Amino acid sequence: MKNNKSKFSKYLVSGVAALALAAGAASSVSAAENSKFRVGIVTFLSGPAAGPFGVPSANAAKVLVEELNKGNLPAPYDKIGINGAEIEAVIIDEAGGATKQVEEYRNLVQRQKVDAVIGYVSSGDCLAVAPVAEELKTFTIAYDCGTSRLFVENSDAQYMFRTGLDASVDNIGAVRYLAATRPDVARLSGIQQNYSWGQDSWADFTAAASALLPEAEVVEEQFPKIYQGQYGAEISALSVKRPEIVHSSFWGGDMEALVLQANARGLLEDATGLLTCGEASLATYKDQAPNGMIIGARGPFGAFAPENELNTWFKGAYNAAYDLDPVYPATKMAQAILGLKFAAENAGVADKEIPTADQLAAGLKGASFPSVSGTVEMARGKGHQAMQGIAYGEYHYEDGKASIVNTVAFSGECVTPPEGVSAADWIAQGFPGAQCN
Amino acid sequence: MRLDKTEISLGLVALACVLFGFVSPGWLIFLLTIALAKALVVQGVVMQMRSGLVSFGQGLFYCIGGYTVGMGGQFFGIHDAIAALSLGMLVAIVVAMLLGLLLTRYREIFFAMLSLAFSMILFGILVKSQELGSTDGFNVHDWTLFGWAPEAGAGSQHTVFTITVVSGLIVAVLIHRYTKAGVGVICEAVRENEVRVEYLGLSPRWLLYGNYVAAAAVSALGGGLTALATGHVDPEMAYWTTSGEFVFIALLGGLGHVAAPFIAAIVFSFVRTYAIEFVPHTWQMILGFTLLAVIIFLPKGLWSLVSREKTGERA
Repeated sequence: MKNNKSKFSKYLVSGVAALALAAGAASSVSAAENSKFRVGIVTFLSGPAAGPFGVPSANAAKVLVEELNKGNLPAPYDKIGINGAEIEAVIIDEAGGATKQVEEYRNLVQRQKVDAVIGYVSSGDCLAVAPVAEELKTFTIAYDCGTSRLFVENSDAQYMFRTGLDASVDNIGAVRYLAATRPDVARLSGIQQNYSWGQDSWADFTAAASALLPEAEVVEEQFPKIYQGQYGAEISALSVKRPEIVHSSFWGGDMEALVLQANARGLLEDATGLLTCGEASLATYKDQAPNGMIIGARGPFGAFAPENELNTWFKGAYNAAYDLDPVYPATKMAQAILGLKFAAENAGVADKEIPTADQLAAGLKGASFPSVSGTVEMARGKGHQAMQGIAYGEYHYEDGKASIVNTVAFSGECVTPPEGVSAADWIAQGFPGAQCN
Repeated sequence: MRLDKTEISLGLVALACVLFGFVSPGWLIFLLTIALAKALVVQGVVMQMRSGLVSFGQGLFYCIGGYTVGMGGQFFGIHDAIAALSLGMLVAIVVAMLLGLLLTRYREIFFAMLSLAFSMILFGILVKSQELGSTDGFNVHDWTLFGWAPEAGAGSQHTVFTITVVSGLIVAVLIHRYTKAGVGVICEAVRENEVRVEYLGLSPRWLLYGNYVAAAAVSALGGGLTALATGHVDPEMAYWTTSGEFVFIALLGGLGHVAAPFIAAIVFSFVRTYAIEFVPHTWQMILGFTLLAVIIFLPKGLWSLVSREKTGERA
């Protein structure tokens, strides 16, 4: 017995020693410096958000990195890679929650030695990673997450940027679209997934509606749980209140299920659907969504991206690689990568040199750069948050082809709160300082 | 107080870990901190497994620990790490004392499902609490240690790591003594045959109740440490997949020894992080195959690698 115990302690010690050795070896392998610009790309590769958001984003990143390394982009992005250095993308999965993402973020920066990180669809992950980005002094771009809290809680952020728009813009834009196209609408209703995204979206939408559509009343709201998939009861509850508008911030499979079920039940014939994330499934609705359903893309992305040289090129390259048009998450990923490239080449370092995080941050802070969605102004959150316009339009399906008609676009100043004012306060005060075209 | 060999080994390993913390890179310290903090929750699961109960809801106490630390700092001005961690354990003990009254009436799958249900109730409540950030959660920062504020970055990371190693050591020694003591051995007897234990004049229910409450406290400590290390808490901590992960790690390590959950948690973290790095699209499959391999080849967990050798020697 005595012998066993000492044997055991040997095992324990040798186990820990082996582990330390393995870890040391592992860290020295990836610490190998090369002259490449390493970018960590974090998005959902598994789980319910992978299909609608993660996979198109990862695909966009792959095609863009490949083409950038060949120097195939139109000006001003025709320089090879990033500032002449070849890009090496490290793509990892965002699934698994905030604790795991903080761990993987540290691994990206400290083990894989990436020069910058682009990623995060989930708002929870963005909020968890932002303080770590500051702690590790790593240039990080949030490309998709929508929480308004990002630069409120990290107001002195130096290394965290967001090239996508705040979610309150989606809903202010949606109300502005209703006010522009259907000023007489009187009966509003909503169905949201019961989590932060749905709750915040609905709060912004109803507040903006009471300011811009004073005649309208909210007749019904439903909060089914996320990934529920079956909405029979909620659709009935909405139908009996005879709404004119059904607002929903659903996304992915939930959104497609809702459209299918609500359309089959006649709800979307009597009422007009308004889907703030609707564009992401543009290619999959076919004839299962009614014509005239209002859809958005969380900004001038995807099918709402303007005609410009960069976007035409991006659509062509994406289409050639995947035989699909890019949806809004893909455009947003492309925008973040272009933002990074702009920051690096704007940092004033020598050709092929990799700028430091401070130089990258200085290069992007308050800048305005050309992107696939038009010009992006980093005009909010002390120069860390992008400001852009937003567009909404109606779904139209004819002869086997889906398109968007009756598009109305609003400028960034029309839908974005001024610097230092929260969306909720801005809406409550009646949008002071909004400049609408 | 006499320390036995196991306790001395644990102490030495803990000391080695703390020293190792000074020379290892930041990501590794973080990974080990989270792994050891999770191992504490797994200790809670293992404590119950030894008495025949599988908790699929240990995330409940993990989350309570994390949220108490977060809310203590955010709303009640409790910035001291030790005070916040103790408060988390206290809250978990109170909750467990209430829930335990109901839960200890059930066994097997009924206990598993009911424990899972309570954890999901907390998840549901947190998701509906917009003041607490709903699913996005909130940040945990500006904590101190006895009035001393470690500098942000590497300093605070080392501090949490050291606190985690020390708490791990204390918990491990206590659990080791518990399992060797009469009451701990009876836990195994309860698993084997509850009726016989009752005929011996003992109450399995109150034994399980005590076990459940103790496991809750240990798990809450793990949750609090995770919150301090990560700097963020969200309701995902109470979600059933998180609880499933703890059961996964418990099975990986086995019930053989108090060190098994720690080793299993570290192995799990390494397998997962390298799987994510090398096969980003199919890392879950790697984890699945690892568990499958352990179940097929080492049905008593990783610890049987050590104990198998021992039996061979004895024979």
